[in-house]
Amino acid sequence: MIGIGHYLAVSAVLFTLGVLGIFINRKNIIVILMAIELILLSVNINLVAFSGALNDLVGQVFAMFVLTVAAGEAAIGLAILVIYFRGRGTIAVDDANRMKG
Amino acid sequence: MIQLFAFYLFATIVIASAAMVIFARNPVHSVMWLILAFFNAAGLMLLAGAEFIAMLLIIVYVGAVAVLFLFVVMMLDIDFAELRAGFVRYLPLGALVAVILAAELVFALGAWSAGGIDLAARAAPATPDKSNIQQIGELLYTRYIFLFEAAGIVLLVAMIGAIVLTHRTRGGVRPQKIADQVRRRPQDATRLVDPGVGQGMEL
Repeated sequence: MIGIGHYLAVSAVLFTLGVLGIFINRKNIIVILMAIELILLSVNINLVAFSGALNDLVGQVFAMFVLTVAAGEAAIGLAILVIYFRGRGTIAVDDANRMKG
Repeated sequence: MIQLFAFYLFATIVIASAAMVIFARNPVHSVMWLILAFFNAAGLMLLAGAEFIAMLLIIVYVGAVAVLFLFVVMMLDIDFAELRAGFVRYLPLGALVAVILAAELVFALGAWSAGGIDLAARAAPATPDKSNIQQIGELLYTRYIFLFEAAGIVLLVAMIGAIVLTHRTRGGVRPQKIADQVRRRPQDATRLVDPGVGQGMEL
């Protein structure tokens, strides 16, 4: 059995890479969504690693719910992206100010 | 020994491909690296003893989410070179935030391994005499049944939302009206005439 610290290190690096991806691809919403998927993946790795180390199945059940939310979020995000592209002809989101929020 | 080797292999590839996802020039390549990252993350979960979640990760992420990304990237005609314009400009700030976040995560890891958190009894201890998927199923359909159904509602709402958002009725097209075609009777559509000689046609 591999120690939980290894898994936590991998998950922390993955999470950091996801956040870095959101920052450096600020215009390209497709890569931002992929970076969010990476963040959710790192959370899943964390949950599963703790589940394995503590011999407790609840972590795996909750990893499944995180997976559900990630799938729904990707579907909705890409649908919004498609109608945004249809309306403006670009997906540069750093000047998305149509709603004047 | 082989476990440790496999772990380091999967972990290295998962991190490298995650880096390629955010640094790749072409978003199609990003999606491909994302698929590789998901496969190797599934391997990591397999090593942690979560077979069902590992298979689910491949089915849901690679089979559905990554293909969805691929469809959208290929369907939209996007000028990706223009979108990368601010890449270098945002890099210092992003790197700073990433370093701060990594430091915080290292601190949290240290706090956890120092034994600061004392855990209560296991909520659902795993037993070795049943398979992983059977135990998850028993847990999911008894104690977490309402959460499970809520997850189903989340997926339903996401599905309806995606359809409502992207569906559009196009004007200027003449679709087939099957009801009108079926309702049409011979006596409405044709008529019998009996023209006299030299009548009924104009030369």
